[in-house]
Amino acid sequence: MPLSDEALARLRPDAAEIIGRYPRARSALLPLLHLVQSEEGYVSDDGVKFCAEVLGCTETEVAGVVSFYTMYKNHPAAEYQVGVCTNTLCAIMGGDQIFAELAEHLGASPEDEEHGAGSHGEIKSPDGKVGVERVECNAACDYAPVIMVNWEFFDNMTPDSARKLVDDLRAGNKVTPTRGPGRLCTWKQASRILAGFGDGQASDGPSAGPASLVGLELAKERGWKAPEPSSGGAK
Amino acid sequence: MTDTLTPVLTAHWGEPDSFTLAGYERTGGYQGLRKAVAMTPDDVISTVKNAVLRGRGGAGFPTGVKWSFIPQGDNKPHYLTVNADESEPGTCKDIPLMMATPHTLIEGAIITCYAIRAGHGFIYVRGEVLHVIRRLQQAVAEAYQAGYLGKNILGSGFDLDIVVHAGAGAYICGEETALLTSLEGYRGLPRNRPPFPAVEGLYACPTVINNVESVSSVPSIMADGAEWFAGMGTEKSKGYGIFSLSGHVTRPGQYEAPLGITLRELLDLAGGIRAGHRLKFWTPGGSSTPLLTDAHLDVPLDFEGVAAAGSILGTRALQIFDETTCVVRAALRWTEFYQHESCGKCTPCREGSYWMVRAIERLEQGQGTDEDLETMLDVGDNIIGRAFCALGDAVPVPFSSAVKYFRDEFLQHQKEGGCPFDPAASTLWADR
Repeated sequence: MPLSDEALARLRPDAAEIIGRYPRARSALLPLLHLVQSEEGYVSDDGVKFCAEVLGCTETEVAGVVSFYTMYKNHPAAEYQVGVCTNTLCAIMGGDQIFAELAEHLGASPEDEEHGAGSHGEIKSPDGKVGVERVECNAACDYAPVIMVNWEFFDNMTPDSARKLVDDLRAGNKVTPTRGPGRLCTWKQASRILAGFGDGQASDGPSAGPASLVGLELAKERGWKAPEPSSGGAK
Repeated sequence: MTDTLTPVLTAHWGEPDSFTLAGYERTGGYQGLRKAVAMTPDDVISTVKNAVLRGRGGAGFPTGVKWSFIPQGDNKPHYLTVNADESEPGTCKDIPLMMATPHTLIEGAIITCYAIRAGHGFIYVRGEVLHVIRRLQQAVAEAYQAGYLGKNILGSGFDLDIVVHAGAGAYICGEETALLTSLEGYRGLPRNRPPFPAVEGLYACPTVINNVESVSSVPSIMADGAEWFAGMGTEKSKGYGIFSLSGHVTRPGQYEAPLGITLRELLDLAGGIRAGHRLKFWTPGGSSTPLLTDAHLDVPLDFEGVAAAGSILGTRALQIFDETTCVVRAALRWTEFYQHESCGKCTPCREGSYWMVRAIERLEQGQGTDEDLETMLDVGDNIIGRAFCALGDAVPVPFSSAVKYFRDEFLQHQKEGGCPFDPAASTLWADR
């Protein structure tokens, strides 16, 4: 899927803005790759070429960076990328079972499900709308097992809730992350936020989820707090 | 006597607007910055030194001392890079902090930049946390509008720009030198040290790299004083920290307490191990810290206490596993993680992690031998200290510590020709 002239014309000012944030242009490469991913859903050869052109480096240099980072896709991503955490804690709390049942739900073959070392293969729904893959620890262990959809949190999942989530995504039903905005955005929209262009949904959703607050609530209940400062603070 | 829990960083996470500038200012936000810019930068560094704030990203290096390594009057630009790439398995404290109170981090970053005379700061946040990135972006924009960022901050003559930089999925970029290489727009490969980043960091200029929780602790130190901060904690591990309990506990979550609290106390607060089960093993600070067992319930969770017990305090990521959990399975999965995340630069780490996964897989399937066990312990010993960065040192940790405490369980897999555990018994829904 080549990048059209119209798309390139649209990307150029965004790219210039990204480059302008940094003391040295090359630092803009990661966000620029998120930007081209927001256009095509993956980093295509044209996307690589575009980044090389605006940064004045070679396509080989850009391609070398793309292949290092797992968030860049080398084939068109699904509209909704479902990442099941199967790092140790989530796996043991049920992530392995969730992944296996989702794979079965989507009719994947047994070899797709096999968790060989380093296998982070992806299973796509027949309609191409949903992609299911394993992800590493996503820093939400107190909400295990965790699923990420387009990098939004879905906490305390079960095989049943995971199947329903995938079905809702495929049916186009409204899906709300546990700690995130009221409306789940698409993979392309998410990539644009990663490139540094907000979507105005920052104030949506809670400040914190229940597990983040357990210690605080217990402290309030028991009247515990940090000591009062003795004088006027820093001298 | 200090209370058992001391919410400071987490104190306002329950407010519905804690992530907004208005919400943050209402609860005392940006008062620390006002005090800081009225002081000389050197006095700010001294204050943080006197508080004995030690790095909260795992290594525990004194933050103020790190700042003082930045050469002054060198006519080079200085940089701050906040390490917000929280990816160590089990670690889940910085992400909720940035979601609930991003301004705490921004305020800390501004004070840090003022102290080290940096005109540019970067928050390198892992890319896989979209809503946290939205909140950070909004907080930075609000801080500019309020005059906390930009030109002549609070009339001090100090200028500062802060950029939120989203990573792209690579655990190694949480390693400080790999983070810098990544921020420069390259594959995230670590660099040899020396030179240390304080001398040659980002763009070969003096750079401070601090963890989110370290930087976020600075505003409270400025506002309430070094003595106040150092009044909490233990002799060499001062202050408060967030302890993250996950796994087979009744109430997993974030518990902010003075350093030195024990797992026994924390479990008591968390309602104990889930009903009907008992503690088997746990990590004190993420998967890179050697496993501990129920023999270590009374170890003070400070830098010295955990080291004396043969592990590392790390990021206070307490992953708790009960007796239903197969330790071989756990060790295998962590080793697979390190293999997946090894950047490939150093042969011992790249090849060692690959072969360790294969051998542990055999052991887990009950097809290994005693010799495999010994060979892999030996391979592990030969990775440690032979790679550029700490990822290599971490590769053998889950396996070797699992063998140390549960050798019989490995042998049992051999004897029975497979795993004797039922994975369904360990799940969140097992007892429902």
